[in-house]
Amino acid sequence: MGDILGLVGKRLGLGLGILLIISAIIFFMVELLPGDIAEAVLGQGATPENLAALRKEMGLDQPALVRYFGWLANAVTLDFGNSIVTGESVVDTISSRLANTLFLATYAAVIAVPISIVLGVLVALLRNSIFDRVVNVLTLTSISSPEFFLGYILILYLAVKTGMFPAIASLSNDMTFGELLHRTFLPALTLVLVVTAHMMRMTRAAIINLLASPYIEMARLKGTPPWKVIVKHALPNAWAPIINVVALNLAYLITGVVLVEVVFVYPGIGQALVDAVSKRDFPVVQACCLIFAATFILLNLAADVGAILTNPRLRHPK
Amino acid sequence: MKKNKDQVLLDKLADAARTGTISRRSFMNYAAAAGLTASAATGLWGTSAAANPTSGGTFRWGVHDGNTSDTHDPGTYVTRQMIFLAHTHRSYLTMIEADNSLGPDLATGWEATPDAKQWTFKLNPDASFHSGKKVTSQDVIDSLNHHRGDASTSAAKALLTDVTDVTADGDNAVVISLARGNADLPWLMTDYHFAICPSNGDGTIDWKSGDGSGPYKIDSGEFGIRWELTRHDGWHLDGAYFDKVTMLVLNDPNARQTALVTGDVDCISLIELKTLALLERNPNVSIDNIPSGGAITMPMHCDTAPFDDVNVRNALKLAMNRDEIIEKISFGAATKGNDFHLSPVQPYWPDDIPQRDYDPDQAKSLLKKAGQEGLTVNLSVADSVYTGAVDMCVLYAEQAKAAGINIKVVREPNDGYYSDVWLKKPFSAVSWGARPTPDVMFTLAYKDDAAWNESRWQNERFNELLLQAKGELDDSLRAEMYREMCLLMRDDGGTIIPFFNNWVYARGKGVKRHENVAASWSCDGARAASRWWFEA
Repeated sequence: MGDILGLVGKRLGLGLGILLIISAIIFFMVELLPGDIAEAVLGQGATPENLAALRKEMGLDQPALVRYFGWLANAVTLDFGNSIVTGESVVDTISSRLANTLFLATYAAVIAVPISIVLGVLVALLRNSIFDRVVNVLTLTSISSPEFFLGYILILYLAVKTGMFPAIASLSNDMTFGELLHRTFLPALTLVLVVTAHMMRMTRAAIINLLASPYIEMARLKGTPPWKVIVKHALPNAWAPIINVVALNLAYLITGVVLVEVVFVYPGIGQALVDAVSKRDFPVVQACCLIFAATFILLNLAADVGAILTNPRLRHPK
Repeated sequence: MKKNKDQVLLDKLADAARTGTISRRSFMNYAAAAGLTASAATGLWGTSAAANPTSGGTFRWGVHDGNTSDTHDPGTYVTRQMIFLAHTHRSYLTMIEADNSLGPDLATGWEATPDAKQWTFKLNPDASFHSGKKVTSQDVIDSLNHHRGDASTSAAKALLTDVTDVTADGDNAVVISLARGNADLPWLMTDYHFAICPSNGDGTIDWKSGDGSGPYKIDSGEFGIRWELTRHDGWHLDGAYFDKVTMLVLNDPNARQTALVTGDVDCISLIELKTLALLERNPNVSIDNIPSGGAITMPMHCDTAPFDDVNVRNALKLAMNRDEIIEKISFGAATKGNDFHLSPVQPYWPDDIPQRDYDPDQAKSLLKKAGQEGLTVNLSVADSVYTGAVDMCVLYAEQAKAAGINIKVVREPNDGYYSDVWLKKPFSAVSWGARPTPDVMFTLAYKDDAAWNESRWQNERFNELLLQAKGELDDSLRAEMYREMCLLMRDDGGTIIPFFNNWVYARGKGVKRHENVAASWSCDGARAASRWWFEA
């Protein structure tokens, strides 16, 4: 177990290093965005004195390097400063958005992960049957369609025509948990449709790949039933790639859902990021990007650790 | 005998009101002429024209153009969503009434010195903020000063450059002094930036808390997402029939229209014109297609050949088939332009100027007179100017061919269009938001020395009239001056105005409004929450 802790520690350290590099990239990429926030805020009618006054107020008259290190020092203590547009604390601005995004991602993951793994095992078991083909065609169709299109189809059939679910997932404070699940079902379902195929296909491929191995043949020869061959013998060895693809999709559920948020008017962090970019609200953009980067790094770390834990050979390297 | 005649007139009036062929304002005038008292006339109007508004319900209002980075600072209001919210939770000195006339909000009355250099606004003593504090002259002074001075970051600073001082005359009157006479000051006070906020007592205002003296107070909300408001019982005006208002930011046009169709909201503030015809077929949806003061213009530089010849300018104006453009590009949601920058819903619009129509033959003869037969010009445009702007110019080029004019449409990039193309290329297409009065609009874009004189038009008589009209307090004299200015723009000016774009918004089942709606903003001058009601 000590090895594992050491490994996690090492990976975390590396992750922090990567995060530092990413923070620099984010900061200077944001600097490269064309346009000027003061102009964006004041619009056509701004006078030069107007603009100068607002720039000074926002601290935009300082050189970029000075602002980067100032920002970094604060970011380490989880203080991302104040939004230069609204003057509110960035943490306050995005924490509720982040919570919403995490909720939707969890909702979608809780449905999508079990379904795709079970489906993956089933289609591996019944491969090349009609069932296998139908499931493949359906999931591939859903992953190949743009998310907004899937969203509109779901809205058309489940909201407009049948009225089973609300078309917009706007949240209010006095909602019960049941209402919340009902209101956010369509965006969650859209995300499920988008991520299921990837995970299901990976599960299927990993298992089928193993089914050709000699030890599986051995298990078959000694008369083990087919489902047991897969669940007991093949699956444990297939976990590593499956966990990796699950982690990748979880990260996507958090960072890649802007379109779904727009279609369903869901107040998540993607929308906040898009708004911030259009307003040149650098602190919010930087904080959002850093959160996204950290999400990817942490989930990849979790995937690596998970893969090692499920594989004794990796646990005890020679 | 006389009585009978009056009765006949009244019956006719009631009929006209019922069928909606008469506005409330003219109704009241005629009724008064027939010897009816104002309150009796109001009663007659109410029973004939509109069902009496009933109180109650939560108005769920789906609005477009909201952003997470919005703030309550009235100086930096920029999104439509904040304009809707500001008219719902805050008050202004004056307001544009549903019939587009100027009416009282916080100010009950206003008067000027004869040179129009000093204006006194009497405040409504009943007006109070949501916190319970009365609205006093100090609040008004600090709110206006928020847009003045070097340190001000307000986008409306330019509108108040002539203001030299704002002082109190007791607790309930404010005196605004100007460097130059301006008869339009009460109109300017309707600008959405000039919301009145509570004073902090040190010359600044408390805009952060979101307190205001408008019809609804904010219970909770988040910028760019949603707002929950409750009726402010101490509101100083009539209306505010809904108990609560929920404002939802729906930026995606599809989400907005779906929300209305499925009944998730009661009103949406903007409809995509492409789907207008489809939405019209839905029996549960009523669509409001209201002319606005926002315009599409095509300025030609009057100091650059060939546009320096007035015959060429007028030939280009005659070579445009506006009806076809409105039908095909705006899907009918536009009001025909007449080459002067004043729309029928704006004050001082002259109703007797003949409409300029498509006449390629006359255009041809004008070109002949100018010695420019077979004229070729470049017209610059970008997609971002207006939905379908490039198509509009291509269509215009086709129409102009009948007059022997060859218009080459140059598609410019969206980025930097207003810094690199507008004011620089001699012939381009531009989109303008509405300004409250002709004076503001003409001074901004048609005055000889204006930075944004987009057609570089120099007309001595026009500029003379513009200055005269600004300080003229006699309304009929002013109207006459603006009429002459409009004629000059139409017949000598360098700007083609194809159309004024309409506000197009929609109400769900059961949402009622009065016959007139203000044209200053979408949704009844952004005041839907305090003017509309649910059918009982």
